[in-house]
Amino acid sequence: MSIFLVLEESGGRIKKTSWEALAAAHRLGPAESITAVVIGAQTEALAAEAAARPVGRVIRVEHPLLANYTPDGFSLVLEQLIATEKPAYVVFPHTYQVRDYAPALACRLGQMLIGDVVAIEEGPRFVRQLMQGRLNGSYRHSGDGLCFVSVQAGAFRPDPRIDELAAPAPIATFTPKLDAAQIRTRPGEPFRGSEQTVDLGSALRIVSVGRGIKDAQNLPLVQELAAALGAELAASRPICDNGWLPLERQVGSSGQTVAPKLYLAVGISGAIQHLVGMKGSQCIVAINKDPDAPIFEVADYGIVGDLFEVVPALTEAVKAAKQ
Amino acid sequence: MKIVVAIKQVPERDAQVRIASNGKWIDEQDLQWAMNEADAYALEEALQLKEKNGGEVIVVSAGPERVGSTIREALAKGADRAIHVVSDDLNTRDSLGVARLLAAAVKLENADLVLSGLQSEDVGLGQTGVIVAELLGLPHASMILHVEKTESGLKIKRELEEGWFQCIELSTPAVLTMQSGGNKLRYATLMGIKKARTKELRAVDAADLGVDAATVVVLEQLSAPKKQKTTHILQGTAKEAAAALVEKLKMEARVL
Repeated sequence: MSIFLVLEESGGRIKKTSWEALAAAHRLGPAESITAVVIGAQTEALAAEAAARPVGRVIRVEHPLLANYTPDGFSLVLEQLIATEKPAYVVFPHTYQVRDYAPALACRLGQMLIGDVVAIEEGPRFVRQLMQGRLNGSYRHSGDGLCFVSVQAGAFRPDPRIDELAAPAPIATFTPKLDAAQIRTRPGEPFRGSEQTVDLGSALRIVSVGRGIKDAQNLPLVQELAAALGAELAASRPICDNGWLPLERQVGSSGQTVAPKLYLAVGISGAIQHLVGMKGSQCIVAINKDPDAPIFEVADYGIVGDLFEVVPALTEAVKAAKQ
Repeated sequence: MKIVVAIKQVPERDAQVRIASNGKWIDEQDLQWAMNEADAYALEEALQLKEKNGGEVIVVSAGPERVGSTIREALAKGADRAIHVVSDDLNTRDSLGVARLLAAAVKLENADLVLSGLQSEDVGLGQTGVIVAELLGLPHASMILHVEKTESGLKIKRELEEGWFQCIELSTPAVLTMQSGGNKLRYATLMGIKKARTKELRAVDAADLGVDAATVVVLEQLSAPKKQKTTHILQGTAKEAAAALVEKLKMEARVL
């Protein structure tokens, strides 16, 4: 049985989430059965990076038209590689890029991506979250066709050891057939949304606010708590979508990833997209009226109650403790 | 511009979801339902594009009879007409199966643009729109915040990870999945609600679309998530809980 692992890079280095996907691939089969795939116009350095990891071999999929990611380009070359190599599994990190093309690639082969997997159990059964993280679902791939899986960021712990003495895995090059006319989208250069004036990544304490605050007029409540704690103010996506706080204060998959000493989540239910941005925090506190809110699954301390009562009381208690 | 918007009805955000007795889906009794939020943004983008460039907005939604209320809401907000793919077994179909229904239902419309939200709030697989593009043989882009019509097609703003964005150009017809937050959502007006009653709502039976209902991926079992940490819940009145929390943060967690 052969397992393909499609690695993703950023700035010329393999992304950490790709190594987490490697850890997931190890749940499906031994290192010898895993083929790491790197895709691009120049993949030599990426392939060398991959070859030092516990994989059976590395395939460089290289073509000048793969210099910039396009869903058509990536789908077409992987389709050709899969037709040649016939793996049983194709594993990806669950990134925005993978979400953009892997479902189309799977569809082309009559398959469907089991996306955003958080655990792999015997069978194999693939566990992913539903209902905004309130429930887990166990999924099975039926039939004997190719199985596509993508792995949620932070769900699998990458093996940090690189065996310096072991020989690097062999590297092969696959040259796909690709024509400029087959690529139907023209991507521009990535750009930053706005001038970054707060660096949430280096904040020691963060007070983060979500939908529970109900209205922009209520924000001073959490601003006062943040001030009392000496914390930066952050938010979940809906608050920034509504324009109540600037986008640069957003924590989560589409915003910043933070790991402060203290992360205090106020009125945040804890959708997956938010949790991936903050669950590495040292101490997590949640204030929410819903005892079943998924945020309590990652919280060290919690208060179940009305934030409009709890937050002012907490601000007072913090001030009193400082005196 | 002729625009099709695929929308999904999902349990309301704060709904208490319980696992059904067969363990394979949620108990739908007594649930409140709403339009999936990302789909509401897709509808808003479509309505704004129509206001700027003229054309027609057609809503398509698959599901049982209850889905009609969400379709009416879309019509009240300004969609011109709607297609309801009547299906009582939507939750046993996989994403490929659902996308096959939607693609079959909208194919003959020959729309310039097909929009959907980037993912649903219930199942959250986030791939229906991308698969619909593949099935219709159209180019696509996902996680889009803005769409602008140009002479040669479309210029769109796509969200990347960690606060980065990118502009993409592509020709129409095309399929886009929309991210939330690109626009301000409108409310239905009283006039809109009144008008919606007279708009065309065509029901198509899923069985009549002639698509393959076989599944390649099966949801076998739902369960409550296992807790990743032991959460210490602080009890008492707001004041008591707050005081206890400060004590814990200071003495136990040592983060104050």
